[in-house]
Amino acid sequence: MALRKILGMETEFGILHRRAGESNPIAASSVLINAYINSLDKSGTASPLPRVGWDFVDETPANDARGLSLLAAMAPEVETHLVNAVLTNGARYYVDHAHPELSTPECADPLSIVLYDRAAELILVESMRQATLNLPEGEEIVVYKNNSDRKGNSYGTHENYLMDRTTPFSRVVSQVMPHFISRQLYIGAGKVGSEAIGMSSEQVPFQLTQRADFFEEEVGLETTLKRPIVNTRDEPHADAKKYRRLHVIVGDANLSQVATFLKVGTTAIVLCMVEDEYLSRTFVLANPVQAIRQVSYDLSLRRPLELDGGGTITALEMQWEYYDRARKYAEDRGLECIDQTVGEEVLRRWEHVLTALESDPMQLADQLDWVAKYRVINGYRERHDLRWNDARLAAMDLQYHDMRPTKSLFSRLGVETLVDDEDARVAMSEPPPDTRAYFRGKCLQKWADDIVAANWDSMVFDVGDDPLRRVPMMEPTRGTAAHVGSLLEQCETSAELLRRLGS
Amino acid sequence: MAERTQKQRPAPQRTEEAPIETPSKSETGEKLKAELDDLLDEIDDVLETNAEDFVKSYIQKGGE
Repeated sequence: MALRKILGMETEFGILHRRAGESNPIAASSVLINAYINSLDKSGTASPLPRVGWDFVDETPANDARGLSLLAAMAPEVETHLVNAVLTNGARYYVDHAHPELSTPECADPLSIVLYDRAAELILVESMRQATLNLPEGEEIVVYKNNSDRKGNSYGTHENYLMDRTTPFSRVVSQVMPHFISRQLYIGAGKVGSEAIGMSSEQVPFQLTQRADFFEEEVGLETTLKRPIVNTRDEPHADAKKYRRLHVIVGDANLSQVATFLKVGTTAIVLCMVEDEYLSRTFVLANPVQAIRQVSYDLSLRRPLELDGGGTITALEMQWEYYDRARKYAEDRGLECIDQTVGEEVLRRWEHVLTALESDPMQLADQLDWVAKYRVINGYRERHDLRWNDARLAAMDLQYHDMRPTKSLFSRLGVETLVDDEDARVAMSEPPPDTRAYFRGKCLQKWADDIVAANWDSMVFDVGDDPLRRVPMMEPTRGTAAHVGSLLEQCETSAELLRRLGS
Repeated sequence: MAERTQKQRPAPQRTEEAPIETPSKSETGEKLKAELDDLLDEIDDVLETNAEDFVKSYIQKGGE
């Protein structure tokens, strides 16, 4: 049986310090995140002080039946020179390279990812507001949820999927690669022009994705150079004997919630089918790196891609085959691996989107990023009779991703939402109830002063006289409200919690 | 899986619906065009004023 797909999303945001002369992105990112954290300190209401640093220490896996056990811990090394905070919703918010990055808490289904991705956006919006309050008059820190500066520099939006360690990685690679290439049809955030060397705006006036220009290898460990379509980073952040975390770097940052839902939902189902050996046929493309660009550059969505050993297939045909197989998988095995109800909604929307892409993609202007972006930019282009390489269209492309509510183009396009902003506001400080993020978030809400460090798979407590105590959390599906909710409520102090966990 | 031809499923639906849809489609088309016009009027006020400078100044370091 396929494992429950515990999911996560990491987003690096573009950042500008406007009207500040030379802008230093690392400093601006620190100012941005610190402003948010400080505002939580001051408010002193909903979210207590998430002043807890991130813990980079590796540890040996240690489990008990609840997945929570105690080790007398070694002193953690805490990274202090760059901001690196853990929030009470279980997320990590930090400076990565020269970008603010937010990693969602672990989520147990694709709709929960949409909720926490929206919460992440709201956290960034609030961070901008707070940061700008502290800046000299006229200056402003602005973040963009996109993946490129249009000059050849790219930053990532990564997805994470918990997988069964026993599934051979070679099978994962061969069976998921065609999905990564063909899912671009609905996950793309759209881009005016191309950043690939030698591509003119006549050749590529507009393409489906932000990221296709930047992939140069099929499989590999890199994320910053020679980016591979399938990334091999093997860092489970969980019991490494049982689990693998598939770290997916080949997606775009989506503003459309439907696109995020489909991106994570379809990929999670495909990975369940890989684990259950349910994909009877795998397409082997003759040249995946070439194919990923061919799909992204082809607005007709009809371009045939060469198969290894002869013949061709289109991205839509590949997607229909994955969909058909997923529909049958759902009938045979159910979709508990991503939640039955949510899984059925993924299938329904998947079919709807493929049908519309096949007949008239413009029907999806209220659902998919690339279509919404294309419609407004092309409409502007036609009205003003502009060429595709006009700077006004490039500016609109960037402004589509502007996170300021007053400037965001995306928010003016009437794109369908799947979660309420009110719920997302709650999710800015409340963890999901159904993964170990619950334990992390609730402990931070209650005992932030006693927690010296945290990371995905452990937390370190300082309860006074005793040595620091590390609580390993090697099971991502444990530490949920169902497992530890009443325990956390009953404990008055963190010392009591540690005592009861240890007994 | 190879034999499952996806073309059979969506295609008949489309051919049956096509004649009925045509008139309403052009109406919908008109409506969509009007909506787009309104939208373009609306966003004129929020667009970056100096597009060229803005695009030039949008420089990021690579990440990940």
